[in-house]
Amino acid sequence: MIRLEGVTRRFRSAAGERTALDAVDLVVPQGQVFGVVGRSGAGKSTLVRTINLLERPDAGRVIVDGLDMTALAPAALRASRRRIGMIFQHFNLLNARTIADNVAFPLKLEGRPDAEVKARVAVLLDQLGLSEHARKHPAQLSGGQKQRVGIARALACEPHVLLCDEATSALDPETTDEILTLIDQLNRDLKLTVVMITHKMEVVRRVCDRVAVLKDGRVVEEGATADVFLHPQHEATRAMLAEDEDSFDLAAAAPAGGRLARLTFRGASTYEPELSRVARSVGVDYSILSGRISRIRNEPYGQLVVAFTGGDAEAAVAQLTARGVTVETIGEAG
Amino acid sequence: MDGFFVNVDWPEIGRATLDTMLMLGGSMALTVVFGVPLGVLLYLSGKGRLAANPVVNAVLSLIVNILRSVPFIILLIVMLPLTVLMVGTSLGVAGAIPPLVVGAAPFYARLVETALREVDKGVVEATQAMGGSTWQIVTRALLPEAMPGVIAGATVTAIALVSYTAMAGVVGAGGLGDLAIRFGYQRFQTDVMIVTVVLLLLLVQILQMLGDRLVARVSHR
Repeated sequence: MIRLEGVTRRFRSAAGERTALDAVDLVVPQGQVFGVVGRSGAGKSTLVRTINLLERPDAGRVIVDGLDMTALAPAALRASRRRIGMIFQHFNLLNARTIADNVAFPLKLEGRPDAEVKARVAVLLDQLGLSEHARKHPAQLSGGQKQRVGIARALACEPHVLLCDEATSALDPETTDEILTLIDQLNRDLKLTVVMITHKMEVVRRVCDRVAVLKDGRVVEEGATADVFLHPQHEATRAMLAEDEDSFDLAAAAPAGGRLARLTFRGASTYEPELSRVARSVGVDYSILSGRISRIRNEPYGQLVVAFTGGDAEAAVAQLTARGVTVETIGEAG
Repeated sequence: MDGFFVNVDWPEIGRATLDTMLMLGGSMALTVVFGVPLGVLLYLSGKGRLAANPVVNAVLSLIVNILRSVPFIILLIVMLPLTVLMVGTSLGVAGAIPPLVVGAAPFYARLVETALREVDKGVVEATQAMGGSTWQIVTRALLPEAMPGVIAGATVTAIALVSYTAMAGVVGAGGLGDLAIRFGYQRFQTDVMIVTVVLLLLLVQILQMLGDRLVARVSHR
């Protein structure tokens, strides 16, 4: 488990002082994939760097697996960093070393015997499908392959935490998908706690159990990904999610006199014909104005904006609610 | 041939060439020994670096700048007493090495510092995140990653040292430069001048070629 308590980080420059993190409290539960989203400059990168103390907070405590990182002596801090793997947007591999040597690097830093290093590297390369590239240099690999090397290197010392700093932001969509699948798999197989920094909502939707939204160095919203994404409370979250959606004026598109409602289906009911059943029993018509049916993490969900016309919309809303659909009335069409 | 190269004493040329090589080899080795740590310290103490320390950085930088701004011919003369103190003589190969190192090490240190700055900050950060100590970051990440620049810098420095050794000839260091001045210039023996200059040119060519090959071998970008 990772716990941040009142973590504050300020940067001083000629232009004055800027607060990158403002008294952030955050709990990352053991074994979960935890997303941190925000726009650039929101403090995401600083936040993830305080976890392994690459950025030392000006105030507050960082507790990883019961250990207060901010209180550790340099040698103890280095030892605990070895149990926290980290991967980066630009991979940060050592260009002068081969792929095998890059993966061996953290083990060598720790001073493990050569035979052990060799055996462990072989296992990791095999596990990540990199064996054939062992003797190549990073410049000879594609972005996705480089990130796999980054992951192999991060896993070398058997960490219980993996920090991902925009780990897929430099990759194309297909490779992003491949790396996310890999992270998801590592989380499940190795019970790895993962903290992911990203500005892409799609990444969070795919792999994160929980998500925190960061704005101007503060956590403005935090919760289970499905809750936060389907029922965002803070305007910053709504604004970020809105970029993913069609942003035309739904009320203008709706049939005259229609009543606009946002329906949210979750879990197994997503694939049930609930809307059509209710419409038939109440005798109401509906137009679907916008919608998405997908999965968040592994939970199916559907979110539709519909306009009810020509019947008792109130009754339809009541029946849908009774069937477990969340209904928010968002207005009347002109 | 003999008609033209009448003044050339070939065994003398051989000895002078050997002296030049000895001066170059000795001073280059010591320049690397002092220049690399100095360059690393300049880098590490710089703003935003691992061991940022404005005072140390300013002091080192000032020393380097002062030494680099003194023309080498002046440095040779100013250093005479100090050279005698250090190696017991100001003459010959031994007497030439201290001023050569003092002249070249600060120059090389700056080149090393520049090469280190070229290394992606992310590599330092990643090594730190893996629990690397500052010493490990320098020796296992920064210097190996900067190696092409460090070697290219050594090539430039070695070539500068070739011309420094020629100047050192003026204060009795011996070597090809000394021959060129004493015979080629002062006694108007143009043939001696030509032979020494061609040999120096060859030396520079070989150094550059070796340097380029080494850089190519350690580059994996």
